[in-house]
Amino acid sequence: MSSVDRGGAHHPLVELTLTRLREFVREPEALFWTFVFPIVMTIVMAMAFPSRGAQAVPVGIAGGDAGAGMRATLSNSPGIVVRDIPSGGEQRALREGEVHLIVVPTDPPTYRFDLARIESRTARLVVDDALKRAVGRTDPWVAHEQPVAVPGSRYIDWLIPGMVAMGIMSNGMWGVGFSIVQARMRKLLKRMVASPMRKREYLLAQLLARLLFLLPEVAVPIAFGVLAFGMPVNGSLAAIAVVTLIGALAFGAIGLLIGSRAKTFEAVSGLMNMAMLPMWLLSGVFFSASNFPDAVQPAIQALPLTALVDALRAVVLEGATLTAVRAELVGLALWTAVPFALALRIFRWR
Amino acid sequence: MDDLAVRCDGLEKRYGDVVAVAGLSLHVQRGECFGLLGPNGAGKTTTIEILEGLIAADAGDVQILGLRWASNEQELRQRLGIHLQETQLSEKLTVEEMLRLFRSFYRGGRPVGELLQVVELEGKRRSRVGTLSGGQKQRLSLACALAGNPDLLFLDEPTTGLDPQSRRQLWEVLGRYRAGGGTILLTTHYMDEAQTLCDRVAIVDQGRLIALDSPQALIAARAEPKVVVHQGTLEDVFMSLTGRTLRDE
Ligand SMILES: Nc1ncnc2c1ncn2[C@@H]1O[C@H](COP(=O)(O)OP(=O)(O)O)[C@@H](O)[C@H]1O
Ligand SMILES: [Mg+2]
Repeated sequence: MSSVDRGGAHHPLVELTLTRLREFVREPEALFWTFVFPIVMTIVMAMAFPSRGAQAVPVGIAGGDAGAGMRATLSNSPGIVVRDIPSGGEQRALREGEVHLIVVPTDPPTYRFDLARIESRTARLVVDDALKRAVGRTDPWVAHEQPVAVPGSRYIDWLIPGMVAMGIMSNGMWGVGFSIVQARMRKLLKRMVASPMRKREYLLAQLLARLLFLLPEVAVPIAFGVLAFGMPVNGSLAAIAVVTLIGALAFGAIGLLIGSRAKTFEAVSGLMNMAMLPMWLLSGVFFSASNFPDAVQPAIQALPLTALVDALRAVVLEGATLTAVRAELVGLALWTAVPFALALRIFRWR
Repeated sequence: MDDLAVRCDGLEKRYGDVVAVAGLSLHVQRGECFGLLGPNGAGKTTTIEILEGLIAADAGDVQILGLRWASNEQELRQRLGIHLQETQLSEKLTVEEMLRLFRSFYRGGRPVGELLQVVELEGKRRSRVGTLSGGQKQRLSLACALAGNPDLLFLDEPTTGLDPQSRRQLWEVLGRYRAGGGTILLTTHYMDEAQTLCDRVAIVDQGRLIALDSPQALIAARAEPKVVVHQGTLEDVFMSLTGRTLRDE
């Protein structure tokens, strides 16, 4: 290749990749969404869902003065906070999660709670235990309790790898898809295919540029998690690099496919949201995907974000090796190859 | 070897009911500057983009530099310089970065620094494309088209919307390219541009060729001088051929 005279320019693949990088770093909004937003989001999520263990159970007492005795008992029990519920406000208090259970001071007491909510079932056990003990229940034995703080078991530890994966998804899809549509709208794509540029190299450069953003994109939130929350990183950095790299390629290729024909920002935005929404909801970034019924599990497991989230969590939190997450990596490789090949075929250059 | 730079015969293109090009034949000699002249919607862009291998014609035969698009696309792309009517280059890049990108696509040609000199943009080397004036943007686009040292330059309305001084600057660049032996096919709806630059012009209207000759010959044969001392212009030629002015959009 060195025999080719490019008049001071690099190989086209390099120049195309550099072009994409320059366009990106000269776009302040894009930098914000890529680097600042995930950190802000993580902090907000950490505040909204603090570690569960230390939290007191909020319980409501209905019935005004009649409940004074129970009220005193529950208030004095560790791990319970009591809130008075005005009559008529019960439904709302439960719905809003203000209290997890309402005690009606009948004899024996009545518990009102939603059986489907795990917090409410916990509240029932705690309240029942406190009230029975207060009237003199004797237990056959008292178990020894050994509180263990397992590093990596907190919500925040679980959340951060998920946020990193979600960032790889949205940056990959938007970063690639949007810039392509912009170039198409400006007729720059048409101008470039009027030159001897190789189409495959243009598309490849979009993916390569993604890989170069990846290091800060992954390193910043993970370093933040380690420094601010003491998140453990049990896997090797090399394994993290490989997993995120393959993930970034997959979502870059999907972005390529989504941007392959759209001629307006509205069209590409619609397609992006349509593709990303199911993954936001189903892939287990904010809550475990295993909450969904078995019938839809195969579909959920086939989503690229599920694969990336699972692989990244396994590597970061459990110290899994690449061999252990090979199924996810194969899935992501397929999500790279198929969309890329398809995009190359149906791409609209004008 | 074919001594024609462009040979097209019986070109036709329709979009639904609209006939954009209706049986056009053009022969452009090597070394010539050939103008495609006509009002908006005449079919100039469609014609030139068919010749550039960007649009498929419904009928007709095209040979560029003796080669056909179907069999020699890569070689043709290396040997042509193309300026499109509506391209906006990347605003965030600098002039040099933009040009370097296009230069990287070609196997040969001048170094980037020299290309900037040719279009008189050395002073703007490190400026963002977004900060350039209209004339400077067109000259940058021209530099991108010249990056591979093309044998043939296609220019679609290269000076539309520019002030007179910027247009003259661009004409000078084109003059230097021709002095080096290059061939130009350009479209325009400016009469003075065609008169200044072109050896021959084809006047098209509604996708059809209505006159073809050197500007002088067309003026001598067709224009009825408005004032006795004034020789007449291509505008007058078009008027007498169609009963309309060239720019009644
Ligand atoms: N992609 C297209 N779809 C439909 N009609 C088109 C398209 N491109 C051009 N036309 C029509 O073809 C005719 C010729 O257009 P064009 O070649 O752009 O003319 P010019 O460049 O001389 O202004 C016009 O009537 C235009 O509306
Ligand atoms: Mg036009």
